[in-house]
Parts: sequence; C-alpha cells; structure tokens
Amino acid sequence: MTDGAIEIRGLGKRYRLGARAEPVRDLRDRLSRAVRSPVARLKAVFAGHSTIVSDEHIWALRDVSLDVAPGEVVGLVGRNGAGKTTLLKILSRITDPTTGRAVIHGRVASLLEVGTGFHPELTGRENVYLNGAILGMGREEIKRKFDEIVAFAEVERFLDTQVKHYSSGMYLRLAFAVAAHLEPEILLVDEVLAVGDASFQRRCLGKMNDVATSGRTVLFVSHNMEAVQRLCRRTVWLDEGRVERDGPTDEVVSAYLRQWSGQRRSAYVGEAAAEGRRAVLELAELLDASGERSSHLNLGEPFMLRMRWRHRERITGASYFVRVFDGRDRMIFSSNTHATDVVVADAGVHQMECRIEASVLMPGDYTVTFGCFVRPRTEVERVDSAIAFEVLPLAFDETVQLHAGPALVAVPTQWRRTVGELVAPLAK
Amino acid sequence: MTAVPAAQAESVTVIEPRRGWARLDLAELWQFRELVYFLTWRDIKVRYKQTVLGATWAIVQPLLTMLVFSLFFGRLAKVPSDGVPYPLFSYTALVPWTLFASGVTHSAVRLVSSSNMLRKIYFPRLSLPLSTVLASFVDFVLAFSVLLVMMPLYGYWPKVDAVWLPLLVALAFVTSLGVGLWLSALNVQFRDVRYAVPFLVQLWLFATPIAYPSSLLDEPWRTLYGLNPMAGVVEGFRWALLGTATRPGPMILVSSLAAVALLVTGAFYFRRVERTFADIV
Repeated sequence: MTDGAIEIRGLGKRYRLGARAEPVRDLRDRLSRAVRSPVARLKAVFAGHSTIVSDEHIWALRDVSLDVAPGEVVGLVGRNGAGKTTLLKILSRITDPTTGRAVIHGRVASLLEVGTGFHPELTGRENVYLNGAILGMGREEIKRKFDEIVAFAEVERFLDTQVKHYSSGMYLRLAFAVAAHLEPEILLVDEVLAVGDASFQRRCLGKMNDVATSGRTVLFVSHNMEAVQRLCRRTVWLDEGRVERDGPTDEVVSAYLRQWSGQRRSAYVGEAAAEGRRAVLELAELLDASGERSSHLNLGEPFMLRMRWRHRERITGASYFVRVFDGRDRMIFSSNTHATDVVVADAGVHQMECRIEASVLMPGDYTVTFGCFVRPRTEVERVDSAIAFEVLPLAFDETVQLHAGPALVAVPTQWRRTVGELVAPLAK
Repeated sequence: MTAVPAAQAESVTVIEPRRGWARLDLAELWQFRELVYFLTWRDIKVRYKQTVLGATWAIVQPLLTMLVFSLFFGRLAKVPSDGVPYPLFSYTALVPWTLFASGVTHSAVRLVSSSNMLRKIYFPRLSLPLSTVLASFVDFVLAFSVLLVMMPLYGYWPKVDAVWLPLLVALAFVTSLGVGLWLSALNVQFRDVRYAVPFLVQLWLFATPIAYPSSLLDEPWRTLYGLNPMAGVVEGFRWALLGTATRPGPMILVSSLAAVALLVTGAFYFRRVERTFADIV
C-alpha cells in the first residue's frame, strides 16, 4: 500500500469564544438575561446565532499537516489546550474542522474516554453490550468476545450487579476491557491510561503494547512520557494548535520536557472558557508552609493547594480532585473531595483548599492537575499542569533527610531512643 | 487482539468542513442499526427505573386523563362523542397520543442528556432521537393493552378495519419523530426548549380531537384540521376500533402529508445543525 493510513492537510479548528461560554443554562440566568436584553437576544436568535457572541475566536488547531503510515504508532504530546484532543475529535468525526482536509484509509475507532455511555442503572453484562455497540462493535462480535472481556476486567462475580454498585476500580476495569477488545485498523486513543490504580495502568499499558505491535495504526495522546516512549517510535509535539516538532520519540520528548521544565508557576488563572464548560477553574495556587504563593518547596515542606471553581449550573454529585505528577508525568498522588463531606453541587463559586500535611516529594519538578468530576467518574472539567513547582534539595526540618542515593520518596521520620523490652519475638 | 486481516475491504473517510444542507445518509444510519437497537433497549430498561409505579406510569397517565376528561368534558360540559361512551371515546384517542407525547417529551431532551456521548464518540446523531421515540412504543403497547380490556367492557369488539391500525401507528410515529428531531436539535442550542416542551405537548393535546370529536367542525375546516397530523391519527383510531363515522378521507391525507413534511424538514434541519452539537452541547 502506498497510501498513508492518515493524511492530514492544513487542518484547523476555530472555536468562537463565548459560543460555549454564553449558552443559556438555567432559568435564573435566562431570566436575568432576558430582563436585561430580550430584544437583543431575540434579534440574535433570528439572525441565526444561538447566543449573543463576541467576534473573538480561538484557533484550537491551526494548519496541521501530518502523514501517518499504515501500522505506525504515533504519540501526540503537548500541554493542556495544545489541540491534541481537538485533533483526535476531528479525526474521529466528532466535530468538524474549520479548514483543511483529512483522509483516513481504514476502519477507525476512537477512544477518547473509557465507559462512554455506561449507564449506572444497568448491570455489568448489559453495559458491555451497550458500550460495545456505542464503540462500533456488532452484537455478534461482542458475544464472541464477551468472556474475554469479562475475564480481563475480573468482574465475573458481579456481571449481573448494577454498575452503580461497582467500585470505581471495577467500573474502570470493565470499561477499559470493552474498549481494549475493539479491532479497528486505526485506533485513536486519548489519555485513557491516566486513570485507575498502578496495577490497572500497567495492565492497560500492556494491552496497548499488544495493540501497538499488532500492525494497527495508532494515534496515542498522553501526558505520560514513559508510556509514549514505550509505545511510540514517532512523536508529534503540538503547541498552541500547531505542530511544534515531529520526529523520533526520544528527540521530541526530550525537547518537550526541556521546554516544559523551564516553566514553573505558582498560580493558575482560568481563561474565559473557549468551550463553554459546566465548571471552570478560575483560580488555583500553591502556598508554601508560610502561606506564601510559591513555586519552590523544600523537601518535606507541607503545602496547600487552593482553588476557586465556578459552576455554571448545578452539578449533582460533583467532587474536586487534585493530582500531582512528577517531571516524567507519573502520578505521584491524588486526592479528591468525594470521600469527604464536602458538597460542591450548587451553581456559583466554590473555594476549596487541600492541605498536604506531610510532603514526601523528592527533589525535582512536579505539576498539579485540578479537576472536577461526578461520581463515579464522569469528568466535568480538568486542567492539566495548572501549577508547576519544584522541590528543592533542602530539608524543610529535621524530620526529613536528604539521601545521597535515589530514594523514591522522602518520608518525615522521627527517631527516639527507647528502653526496656523491645517487640515480642516472632510467634512461631 | 489479532492482527488486521490484510485483505479487508478498505474504507476511506474524508473529513472536511461541511457547509449548508447535508445529505441524510440513511445508509450510515442503517449500518449503525445495532446501536439504535441497543439505545432503544437501554431507554426501555432505564426509563422507569427507581420509580415506585414503574411502567404502570404508562397506563396511569392516559387513564387519569381519561377520567378527568370524562368528568369535565363528558359529564359536565356534555361534549358529544360520536355515539361512543365518552370514556372509551377519549381513551381510544389517548392511546396513540401516548406514543406521540412520550416520544416528543423524551426525545426533546435526549441529545442534551447524552452530551457526554456526543462529545466523546462518533455515531450517526439521528440514532439518539430515533431510539428514544422507538422506546416510546413500550408506553404505547401498555396503554393499548388497557384499551383491549376496556373495549369488551363497553361491548365493543375489534373489527376488520383494525388491520389499518399499524399504518395509523406509523403515522403517529412519523409525527412524533419529526417533532422530536426538531425539538432535540433546537434544544442543543436553546435550552428554553426544555421548558417549552411540556407546555407545547399540553397545548397540542387540546388542539387534537381527544376530548371532543372533529365532527364538531364542518368541511372544509375538518380537512384543514388534518394539518395537525395527530388529528388524523386519533380519528383514524376511533374509526378502526370503534367504528365511528370518521373513515379516513381527505383529512388523513392532509395529516400524512403534514407528518411527512415534519419528518423530512426535521431530519434535514437536524443534519444541518448536528455538526455543531459536539461543540456547543
């Protein structure tokens, strides 16, 4: 075959600022706006605009040209908002490009999220069929792979339990298992590995590895540089909607990481959302132990993540999360409000702080991702790498020590001399 | 996962900006028929979950409406009923109405409530309102089975004319889908639709000869009344089941044309605006 699997020429996507920020969402908003300017609104409606929009536009993707050969596995990296997801959405025909053209040879499946269309009221078995159909599998195909899917997910015993009673781990495993059994010629994957616990992520990566070596064409978006390096020989770095660099993975990833580590920021200020969102992170900041905004912490220094969210509408069951990643984009820890009694459902502004009482972070670069989700795992909003900070090789106090050797974490410890009988001898 | 068979028939997808009116692409919808099937099935399974009465709701609604109508229109206002006992007269009309109203009400909000699917997956968008209206057949069948019990109680037995019922049901379905397509597409852009729908359905109920017969109107007004496709459906139902003198004539012709017009314009409008769904939903 001389044809490429994917040929992209001058692809661009323009969003209208405000087109998503302004939609009429709830009655109160509606009334207040209607009272303010009913005539203007109606005029806008009859003029064919859904809302009164500004003429400002934002190019999420600009003049992107790429050729992907059949069987090639290409990584897509870039910061939040660089256009990676937009590119996948266009290629999977979820949204139209504004300019340009793409030609795809072969059956495409896209995986922008695992578990899309899962219904909490349905059982595991029912959801496998439903989700499989949504992802483009036929009933016969699902039937054939059903046992394999269930075995991979390890949920045999709960097949006839409603999914709403699943733990989030089981839910994820099942959702990924369905997706992992797709057999397209071309697979577009977005960040699905960034979820779940470590062992689950390993299994997902293993499965992805199978896909990558099976002769399929894969476009793989990830923030996980390790995964990209493992799976992809070629990587494309997108920045502000353009192709910044395209070449062998090692080259591109190290260039990307170099540029990235030069940018630390102790605070994040949300932009007017280009794509109207239900919840917007307006402000996020990192405060050090003295309560100052900072992008540098000492080893073992307690710190605090503060955030201000604005909900454009009521979001029942909303929770916030923070995730801290190291310089290679491995998740170090995460925390969310779901297990606490913090309720953040109402429309309006919510301010929240997350105190990290004892930091175990080793010296190095870190980023913090902020997000809002609805149980069990529908992401409402997520801002990757909103904050970037560095842990300096300076001990905050005497409870943490700096080791010469490469330890994974620096745990605050306390030593004390004791007297008398030590622990009981090991029972036989 | 196994390797891709080399000799697979190649499919080529061209992705370009689309402008103006789009083809309906029913062939693609047909390719995704299993998705439509599963979405319909999901709708049916989920619709009455976590309700105390469950699917009984599909019966309670038309039954209570019939009671209220019988009391106020039949008993108090003495509205004529073409020689049929008033409760049977109104309930027979409420059965196809259930199909229409349930289809419209649910499909209008379908896209917005499936916003996650729209933003994460590609599939023919038409399959969402289509499956929702299909799922409303459950409500219809339940309401219809009650009618089958009621008729003998009033001494009515189905006659040969009843073979025309499927066509009338199809007409109600086409109307419901047509209106559902319009409303669901509009609702993505204008969330006002959600508030307008219950009101619209209620107005439409009274604009349809359910509580009263269309025989109150003289020609040519009665034929013109057929512009409301549900008028044709309802009078057709009464004729096919109860033998009223509303044998389908010019009115049902007008109704059929109106219903098809609704469906075709709705489908084209839907296809025209669907490309922005993922961006604005």
